[in-house]
Amino acid sequence: MNTVPMESGLVLAGILFILGFIGVLVRRNIVFILLSLEVMLNAAGLAFIFAGSRWVQADGQVMFIFILAMAAAEVSVGLALILQIFRDFKTLDADAANNMRG
Amino acid sequence: MLELLWIVPALPFLGFLILALIGSRMPGKTAAAIGVASIGLSALLTVFIGINFISSPPAGRVYIQTLWEWFNVAGLNPGIALRLDAVSLTFIFVITFVGFLIHLYSVEYMEGEEGYSRFFAYMNLFVGSMLMLVLGDNLVLLYLGWEGVGLCSYLLIGFWYKDPANGYAARKAFIVTRVGDTAMAIGLFILFTELGSLNIGRLLEVAPLNWPVGSSMPVLAAALLLGGAVGKSAQLPLQTWLPDAMAGPTPVSALIHAATMVTAGVYLIARMHVIFTLAPVVLTIVGVIGALTLLLAGFSALTQHDIKRVLAYSTISQIGYMFLALGVGAWSAAVFHFMIHAFFKALLFLGAGVVILALHHEQNMFKMGGVRKMIPVTFWTFLIGSASLAALPLVTGGFYSKDLILFYAFDGERANRWLYAAGLLGALITALYTTRMVLLTFFGEAKTHLHHKPTWIMEMPLVVLAVLSTFGGFVELPHTLGHLTLFSDFMQTILPGNQVAEGGISTELILQLTAAVTAILGIFIAYMLYYKNPERVTALRRSAFGSRLHAFWKKGWGFDWLYDTLFVNPIVWIAEVNKSDFIDLIYTFIAWVNRMFNRAFSFTQSGRLRWYAMGIALGAIITLTIAVFL
Amino acid sequence: MTIVFYIAALVAVISTAMVITRLNAVHALLYMVVSLLSVAVIFFILGAAFVAALEVIVYAGAIMVLFVFVVMMLNLGPASAEQESRWLSPAGWIGPGILSAILIIELVYILFTNARQDILTQSVAPRQVGIALYGPYILGVELAAILLMAGIVGAYHLGRYKNVFLHRYLHKELQ
Repeated sequence: MNTVPMESGLVLAGILFILGFIGVLVRRNIVFILLSLEVMLNAAGLAFIFAGSRWVQADGQVMFIFILAMAAAEVSVGLALILQIFRDFKTLDADAANNMRG
Repeated sequence: MLELLWIVPALPFLGFLILALIGSRMPGKTAAAIGVASIGLSALLTVFIGINFISSPPAGRVYIQTLWEWFNVAGLNPGIALRLDAVSLTFIFVITFVGFLIHLYSVEYMEGEEGYSRFFAYMNLFVGSMLMLVLGDNLVLLYLGWEGVGLCSYLLIGFWYKDPANGYAARKAFIVTRVGDTAMAIGLFILFTELGSLNIGRLLEVAPLNWPVGSSMPVLAAALLLGGAVGKSAQLPLQTWLPDAMAGPTPVSALIHAATMVTAGVYLIARMHVIFTLAPVVLTIVGVIGALTLLLAGFSALTQHDIKRVLAYSTISQIGYMFLALGVGAWSAAVFHFMIHAFFKALLFLGAGVVILALHHEQNMFKMGGVRKMIPVTFWTFLIGSASLAALPLVTGGFYSKDLILFYAFDGERANRWLYAAGLLGALITALYTTRMVLLTFFGEAKTHLHHKPTWIMEMPLVVLAVLSTFGGFVELPHTLGHLTLFSDFMQTILPGNQVAEGGISTELILQLTAAVTAILGIFIAYMLYYKNPERVTALRRSAFGSRLHAFWKKGWGFDWLYDTLFVNPIVWIAEVNKSDFIDLIYTFIAWVNRMFNRAFSFTQSGRLRWYAMGIALGAIITLTIAVFL
Repeated sequence: MTIVFYIAALVAVISTAMVITRLNAVHALLYMVVSLLSVAVIFFILGAAFVAALEVIVYAGAIMVLFVFVVMMLNLGPASAEQESRWLSPAGWIGPGILSAILIIELVYILFTNARQDILTQSVAPRQVGIALYGPYILGVELAAILLMAGIVGAYHLGRYKNVFLHRYLHKELQ
């Protein structure tokens, strides 16, 4: 009774990931792009948890914790960058910041 | 004292290094002081070494100072070694002393020019390289100096590089001499493979033991060495670069293209005299080349308008005399004429420089005239120099040196009446064009006003050189006039003497009288033609044949045209044709492909975040599709 | 429990879809919180109670609040919502939509061609997680610590207000 189909769980993770991915591609606002990235990370974490539960092992949760730490670091740096971009360009348009060529 | 010899070439190089590294940041006076002082000290040291060498000659009359081994490859181990003997001592004395005077003169002449310190850096490098050339103990070191002076010549002809014409002249000089240098390099290869050494002393010893007189190897080697000498000394057929080399500043023309570098060919042949004696055919060719060149250049000099070009052609002509002397085996006479020529030709160039500067960079003699009262010192010294060039009897150095050559050409071991006749005719022409030049420049009505009055810095070298070109000749007096043989005795320690075949004092006296009369006759004809009756010359020039001949001579006998037609234009044509051949298309295609890739990649690097994300997605899809369905 | 999972999944998908379509950033963030909470429910169902708590506390609690702060700092007015609607043109959805459709179809294809597997929702206790973290994964923990440190320093450095030096005549024009 207490079972969850593996496929549907992974499909859910896939759908969430794809939604985040669509967000990254469609939105021009950098805040939304960053938010969509968070959705994608979260979806990846979800897949890990599913895998961990499938084998009844702690490793999936460990990976999720790592993803969490990475997401936190990424968000802090990303948000600081957004603030900087907003100050310099007076806009949140990701395409406006395309002249930073190496 | 002799062990200080290495300092002589080291000082100019040191001066060059200082000037090249920090010269542009120091004030002009400091740069000039470094340039002049390094050569001056070198000259002073040379005088001391010379006195020491003559008063207490080393064993064998040759002093060799080995500093270190340069390299050692496959049995070729040239050392950085200096060889001092009578010939190289004469040469380094002339190089450092005349070089010093010309440096001093340049301090004022080049004042205010752009690249003042650069000029002195190049000049110092030149003097250093020239000293390496004549002091080198082996032919490899000689070749290093040889190419070094070629480089300096190129740099200094193109000194005012902003005018493309100067750059063209510089390239022409470099490329034409390169033809000769290549021949010389091949000659060195032959000497090394055949005799196993390039050390000068060893070569001179070994060559006669290995090669019989007139065999093919020495002929080949000597002919190739002659190629190098002909290129550097602007002799037929590679003489075309020297008149154009006058594009450089006048002190450069004086030092490099009259007094020192262009006589390197004479030095080389004198140095390698043993090889040339083993190849009598080549030695005859040397004499013939000299005779032809001195005549051709003399006729060209007659028609020039530019005072520096007159002097350039007269330089070619006088070096022709030296080659003639070498060709008849009068080695010491050649070196003697080199020395006297260096003095009076440097004097003439420097005097011409004063005139040019005084008349606001006017070089056309027909626009000069009447300047003798404005710059008296220059006038008198120039007159002395001209007298020496025209070989005015008894009182000038030029007379003694040229007379010696003519004497040996008539009466020496390898005497040749044709060569003598050419030399005599050349003497007449020399007197003609020299007088013409002096008359046009200094006499007649003044056509311009004085622009720059020379100070003692420019006049002092003139006076010193005038004294030298007069009294320098008195170290070697013919039998009829005191019979002093200081110079040839000195030279015979290293160069073989020349036995006089026949006759005696009477023959010599007749020869001298002929030479003297020829010179005076030339001066007189020039005086009559160019001063008394200039309209006659004008009429001659206006006539159909005269004008054509005049134009022909003025262009240097059409050698430039000939070489352009024979070599330059065909190569340019081939290059044009080959510009887009099949092989080239392949490379163009490769370049095109690369450019397309570059365009494609730079298009993808748009800097737009979402574009990159799209790229990642596309890549992921393709990878997944391959993984799933294949 | 299976029913609960499907409900939570449905909520997660819908709220995530709302996240990427909202014009107002704060609305999107709130939908995001809902999405995260429903994912936390799924974690709980799967027996990973510890990470479910972390999801709520760290993700929904800390990271999203950070977003909210920044959005408030940017002080975006109603004009920004208008701008968003202009940016979100219907044509812009076509390309990503096709790509995503292909991706999800491939994913589903892969998943359903394999044999069906059910997960027994057995609990994995936090103790096991801790032992794993500080046992075989100790290097990862340290790396994560360094990463966080770098994140702090980076955020501090980037977030500083840079003084813009301008000529005094230009100041007036800017104001």
